[in-house]
Order: sequence, then structure tokens, then C-alpha cells
Amino acid sequence: MAKINRLPRTPMPEQEPHVRARNFDEVPLGYTPEMARQEASRCLQCKKPACRKGCPVQVYIPEFIDEIAKGAFGRAAEILKQTNSLPAVCGRVCPQENQCESYCILGKKHEPVAIGRLERFAADWEREQGEVKLPELPPKTGKRVAVVGAGPAGLTVAGDLILKGHDVTVFEALHKPGGVLVYGIPEFRLPKAIVKAEVDYLRRLGVRFEMNAVIGKIRTVEELLTEDGFHAVFVGAGAGLPRFMGIPGENLNGVYSANEYLTRSNLMKAYLFPEYDTPVVRARRVAVLGGGNVAMDAARTALRLGAEASIIVYRRGREEMPARVEEVHHAEEEGVAFRLLANPTGILGDDNGWVRALQCVQMQLGEPDESGRRRPEPIPGSEFELEVDAVVVAIGNAPNPLVPSTTPSIQTTRWGTIVADEETGQTTMPGVYAGGDVVTGAATVILAMGAGRTAADAIHQYLGGA
Amino acid sequence: MYEIVETQVLAPTVHRMVLRAPEIARKHRAGNFIVLRIHEKGERIPLTVADKDVEAGTITLVFQAVGRTTTELGELKAGDRLLDLAGPMGEPTHIDRFPGVVVCVGGGIGVAPVHPIACALKAAGNRVVSIIGARSKEILIMEEEMRRTSDELLVATDDGSYGHHGFVTDVLRDVIEREGKQNVSLVVAIGPVPMMRACCKVTEPYGVSTVVSLNPIMVDATGMCGACRVTVGGETRFACVDGPEFDGHQVDFDELTQRLRAYLDDERRAMQVWNERHGSHSCHG
Ligand SMILES: Cc1cc2nc3c(=O)[nH]c(=O)nc-3n(C[C@H](O)[C@H](O)[C@H](O)COP(=O)(O)OP(=O)(O)OC[C@H]3O[C@@H](n4cnc5c(N)ncnc54)[C@H](O)[C@@H]3O)c2cc1C
Ligand SMILES: Cc1cc2nc3c(=O)[nH]c(=O)nc-3n(C[C@H](O)[C@H](O)[C@H](O)COP(=O)(O)OP(=O)(O)OC[C@H]3O[C@@H](n4cnc5c(N)ncnc54)[C@H](O)[C@@H]3O)c2cc1C
Ligand code: SF4
Ligand code: SF4
Ligand code: FES
Repeated sequence: MAKINRLPRTPMPEQEPHVRARNFDEVPLGYTPEMARQEASRCLQCKKPACRKGCPVQVYIPEFIDEIAKGAFGRAAEILKQTNSLPAVCGRVCPQENQCESYCILGKKHEPVAIGRLERFAADWEREQGEVKLPELPPKTGKRVAVVGAGPAGLTVAGDLILKGHDVTVFEALHKPGGVLVYGIPEFRLPKAIVKAEVDYLRRLGVRFEMNAVIGKIRTVEELLTEDGFHAVFVGAGAGLPRFMGIPGENLNGVYSANEYLTRSNLMKAYLFPEYDTPVVRARRVAVLGGGNVAMDAARTALRLGAEASIIVYRRGREEMPARVEEVHHAEEEGVAFRLLANPTGILGDDNGWVRALQCVQMQLGEPDESGRRRPEPIPGSEFELEVDAVVVAIGNAPNPLVPSTTPSIQTTRWGTIVADEETGQTTMPGVYAGGDVVTGAATVILAMGAGRTAADAIHQYLGGA
Repeated sequence: MYEIVETQVLAPTVHRMVLRAPEIARKHRAGNFIVLRIHEKGERIPLTVADKDVEAGTITLVFQAVGRTTTELGELKAGDRLLDLAGPMGEPTHIDRFPGVVVCVGGGIGVAPVHPIACALKAAGNRVVSIIGARSKEILIMEEEMRRTSDELLVATDDGSYGHHGFVTDVLRDVIEREGKQNVSLVVAIGPVPMMRACCKVTEPYGVSTVVSLNPIMVDATGMCGACRVTVGGETRFACVDGPEFDGHQVDFDELTQRLRAYLDDERRAMQVWNERHGSHSCHG
């Protein structure tokens, strides 16, 4: 056993940085069956697996890994799906280093088991086998549930409740289901075909999708319950409202919110313009403001759209950057530059109203603030200009007010998030549940799914299920 | 898929299209718009609902073919289908029974969006004076519809081929003078940006409150992207969810004009590609 443990983590092949920085294909290529079995064999099969504690949906980790080690890949996928309806997604985008893998016992002395990569492998393997077998559905309960928003939270609720015999209709504002998975996270990190496969699976289970349906406009939550005959509603509307910095010049041409930049590129496929009709500015030098995953996605997208320079401008230091280490590493390998401890103070335009430069001030780290992070303070006289022709603002998103503002019975916090019971997802309006980013503020895919699962259980009980 | 029930060419490059959309027809209020996408590779574009028929379950769009998407849309026929149609979007117009008179001004294609507002104001019991204009008589649209819904309809053409020879702003000034500024409760002005700006210039000295409907470039039209941001009273607003109607005296029209030019080169290129593929009807005769 000891010998096996000292095997290093099996690396996952990736596209070469200089190649991938210019295409939209997925960066990590995935394990081969041999690699997967080798990595799976590193798992100690702990009796009390610590890793599970780190997973918000409590995936049966040693169990699925054991099946991979045995070569029973389909069985591994089945086990995964017992608790996680989107394993191909989570295996790719979960911050495993802070979740399951950070608890793995092997990580104490060696490297943790690559749980995420194995999860991805099993899910991909199953999908590539062709049509996934449908589980047997229980008899219909006659109860109808409306789900607002087709992001990870809403998709999870839909999947769980259809398996419990309820009728489920998902109402989505955009023309494609998936939420941030389709409009935000780029193709090179999460191929859209995977999201589509998951949605198609839900469709085959009988979930109905009504696209182009903005709840609050075409119908209110109230009307779903009173006029349309739904017995319960789940609101998973996400945190899609982009924040801007409030600095001068933010409305110049060439300034984008990360949401707009990524939506044009991902959802509308602007990288294929003019074959696709939606354009996006092809800038030479792009500054991306912020230090989170969204900023990394925008900066890496900029390179793929042909930028010569893509520069992350972040007001704190590298240690403080909230982005995943892996994402920062990927960005750096591809040639994204980092201007750390630099705070944007204004955007300068040319005579035609186009961005010409970003004005910044150099910062230094002072005393820790309430968040425990050292507070950045401007260094007097250190102002400088960064010559750029596009700026992407990636400093965060807040919940979109469309649903709460048209549903007075749903209480919100002063941050605009919906108030919901942590144990059930129940909002202040009877029969209405909420979960995901719309409750927590921008968080993670797996937390949104966990909240969806919790709410689905509560809704099932509310509808009289056992 | 959303079925096209009827199409009609109203004037050169101006099209009318009736779509089957019973729910949108039922929920629509004056001032609302829709977002459509023709096919999988298409752009999402906003168009105002110019009319509706709740019983027939249809909405009417009136649009000008100015670029790739609107040109393509103009080639579709009854029986064809659109891939996506979302709406109603935007905040509806504030409709009330106002004292005195309300003036609805529509310039060019702007007559279409002003029409449902005039209807709603009329239905609320207002005395509605409408002013519509175009470059010349042959491209003036929806005159009959506007006449039906207005207590008085005035027409202006730039070239003098019909009605007043000159701009709608001249007529607007005359109406305010005639009625007395204290008797004009509201002016609603919709049309090209320069026309809306000019109307605001006319009404400002009189202190007559003036609503304009802004048409910035949009992507999602649900408040998610911020493409549609406009500056009103020094503050950034998202036209798709906070508007599209705003107090015209507070709008930064220079910025709007600048932002509308953001994709000029791309738009030309998209149009070129379209023409090459489909053969240009307008340029090469
Ligand atoms: C660029 C980017 C990269 C990210 N990368 C990662 C990552 O690597 N790993 C990770 O774990 N997390 C990541 N996240 C965060 C993660 O995507 C979100 O936490 C997660 O998607 C939240 O899921 P949700 O279901 O709550 O909401 P969303 O995914 O936001 O979905 C909400 C859906 O509701 C729809 N909607 C909104 N209002 C209405 C309405 N009124 N009517 C109908 N529909 C409506 C929206 O159109 C949307 O489709 C990233 C986020 C972004 C923006
Ligand atoms: C809320 C709203 C309601 C609208 N209602 C109507 C309507 O009822 N009828 C109608 O004909 N048009 C309306 N528009 C304008 C319409 O959306 C644009 O004409 C259309 O998006 C152009 O697309 P295109 O691909 O054909 O042209 P593009 O190739 O994108 O653009 C061609 C030309 O049109 C200009 N343009 C691009 N986008 C817009 C825009 N959003 N507004 C104005 N000019 C633009 C460009 O500057 C360029 O000169 C509305 C716009 C908004 C925001
Ligand atoms: S869902 Fe995420 S946290 Fe849970 S085991 Fe899979 S990768 Fe780890
Ligand atoms: S903690 Fe690590 S070694 Fe133990 S079961 Fe979990 S993955 Fe395997
Ligand atoms: S169009 Fe995206 S926020 Fe208005």
C-alpha cells in the first residue's frame, strides 16, 4: 500500500499553452482509461473518507473511485449521479483544491487523489458511450413545479423533482439553458456540448423547458402559482447583475462588463463573427479589472479573440487573488500579464469615444481589514497610465432584481439577495423556494447545486411526498 | 419557434411584421419591446411592439432594414418562423390622465414605437396631439393608425412633399405656443437620436416634461450585461430594464450617439458578407 501511495498524482494532458491561447477548444484533454485507473488506484479507500466532508453534495467518493480502479466506468458514473446530477461539469469547474481534494488524507503527506479529474473522466466516458440509460420514473404525483432560471441550481431542482414524480417546467430568460455554464464560463474550460447533453438528459426525463421566458415580465411568480396552476416555485435566477467601478470613462466604447464580454463570446459565439452575427471588439491590448475566476476567464478569452496583450489589473497582491490557483496558473502560462497592487482610477478615451488608456494608482498593503485581508492603500504620487484599447470590468455580480421587484412577498437583503431558510430554501412567500447565487450572491456551481438539492427535498415534502 | 402571420412593406426599407405571440400580446403594455433572434447564428435584436391584437394573439413589429439582422428579417414571409422571441421587455410607459394636452412626436421609424403610447394615452382619456414626420412623403409610415388614435394629427416632411415643410420640431414648437406651455402636460418624442435631442431642446426652455425612448445596443435585454447603459441625470442606467424611456432633459445624447457607433465596422462587414451570400438588392441593382 505504502508503495502505491507514493505514486505521484497522474498528470492530465493539456493543449500546449501557445497553441491553446489562440483557440477555443478545451484546455485539459482528460484522462485516458489507463490514466484514470492508475490515478484511481492511489485512493486508500478510507473507511471514514475525509474527502466527502469537503464536497457540498457529499459525492460517494471512494465508492466511485473504486469502480474506476476496477474498470467499471459506467458504474462509477452511476454512483456519481446518485448525489451529483452534473458530474461532467463539476469535475471541470469545482474548486477541488478547496473542497474534496483539500480534505483527502493523502494530501497530508503526498498529493491528494485527483478526485475532480476522475469525476470528469467517469462522466465523459458515460456520455461518450452514447445515450445514457434513463432510470425508471415513479408514478406521477400530479403536482406541478415551476423552476425560474436554468442555471445549475434550477437544473438540479428540475432533475431531482422529476425523479420524484412531479411535473417540472423550467422558465429561462435567455434562449439557451445552462445559466452561467453557457453564457459565462468559456468553451475552453467547459465545452457547451456537455451542458447540452445534461439538459437533453433532463428533457428525456420529461422536464419541460420554456426558453425566452423572463419571469417578472411574461408572468410573475404570483401568477405561476395562482393562474398557471403550479403548486410550488423554485427561484434560481442567479447573480447576473454586473457591477461597475463607478470611475470616469466607464461608458466609453470598448469598455465591457465581464458578463457582456463573455456573453458575446460564449452564448452569441462572437469569436466566430461574421459567420455568427454578433460582434465583439477585437482589441489589441485589453485590461481586465479584478482578480477572480471571472477575470481569468475574460483575460484568457481576450487572448483567444486575438489580443496581443491581456492584462489583469488587481488592487491587491497575488496571495489575495480570489481566483483558483489553477486558473491563475493557466492564464499565466498562456501569456496573461498581471499588474498587481494597481487600482484603476479612470478610463481615458480618444476623440471618437474609444478607450485609449487605463489610469491607475499603485497600491501597497496596509493593516488587515474586516475580511482579514490586508487593506490596499494608494501610494501617493504613483499614478500611471496603461495603454489599452479595451477594458473588461470583472469586479463581481449582484442578483438581478427582476424577480424580487415584481414579487413583493419575497423578502430580500440589502445586498439584493433573496432571503431563504438555509435548511429548506423556503422564502418568505409560501410555496416559493430559492437557492444558488440569487440567495448567496456569486458563489460556485456546486454550492448552487447543493442548494437546489436542499430545496428539491423541501419542495417534495411540501407537496406531500415522503 | 414563432410564426410570422403577415408581412408588408410600408415604405422603402420599412417593414411591418405580424407575429403569433399570444402571451406577449396579452402582457404587453405601451412602451414595451421584444427581443428576437432569427436563427441559430443570429444576433438578438430589440424591436418595439408597435401594435397588438390580444384576441388574435398577435403582435406587430415595424422596423427599418438598417443592417444585417433587420435586412434578413425583412426578407422573411408569412409562414416563416423566428427561432427566438422574448418579451415583453422594459418598463411600460407611465400612462395617466394628464390635464391639458399630451403631444406624441414620432420621427421616421419612431412613429412605430410612439403609436402604442398614443393609443394608451388616448384610452386613458387624454387629449392627444400627434406629430409625425419623415424625410419625404413616400417613407412616412402609419399615418392612418396615428390619425385614428389622435385628437389631432400633424405631419411634417423634410422635403416638403407632404404636410409641413420642415422638421417635427418646428411643429412641436408651434403646438406648445398655440396651446400654451402650461397646458402641455407631456411630450413623448421617439425617433432617431438627433430628432429626440432636438425635441428636448425645443421643450426645455418651456419646461415641458419630455419623455424619450432610447435605443442603445442591447444583448440580453434582461439587465445581465450592461451593454445598454446610458447616462441619465449623471447616473448610469440600463436602458433594457430601467427604460427604455427616460426624462429626455436628463439624457446624455452625446454618449448615446458615441455608443451606437461602437460596432460600425463590424456591422458593415456583416452586411457585406450577407450581400455576397444573397446578392445585394439595393447596391448592385
Ligand atoms: C465567468 C464565470 C466563471 C465562473 N467560474 C466558476 C468555476 O470555475 N467554478 C465554479 O464553481 N463556479 C464558477 N462560477 C460561478 C458559478 O457559475 C455560479 O455560482 C453558478 O452558475 C450559480 O448557479 P445558479 O443556478 O444560482 O445561477 P446562474 O448560473 O446564474 O443561472 C441563473 C439563470 O437564471 C436565469 N434568469 C435570471 N432571471 C430570470 C428571470 N427573471 N426569469 C427567468 N430566468 C431568469 C438566467 O438567465 C440564468 O440562466 C463562475 C461564474 C462566472 C460568471
Ligand atoms: C428598446 C429598443 C427598441 C427598438 N425598436 C425599434 C423598432 O421598433 N423599429 C426599428 O426599426 N428599430 C428599433 N430599434 C433599433 C433596432 O434594434 C436596430 O435597428 C437593430 O438592432 C439593428 O440591427 P441590424 O443587425 O439590422 O443592424 P446593425 O448592423 O447592427 O446596425 C446598422 C446600423 O444601425 C445602427 N444601430 C445598431 N443598433 C442599433 C440600435 N439598437 N438602435 C438604433 N440603431 C442601431 C448602427 O449604428 C448602424 O448604423 C430599437 C432599439 C431598442 C434598443
Ligand atoms: S462535486 Fe466537486 S467537490 Fe464534490 S467530489 Fe465532485 S469535484 Fe469534489
Ligand atoms: S480521503 Fe483521499 S484517499 Fe481517502 S477515500 Fe477520499 S480520496 Fe480516497
Ligand atoms: S441589454 Fe444587457 S443589460 Fe441591458
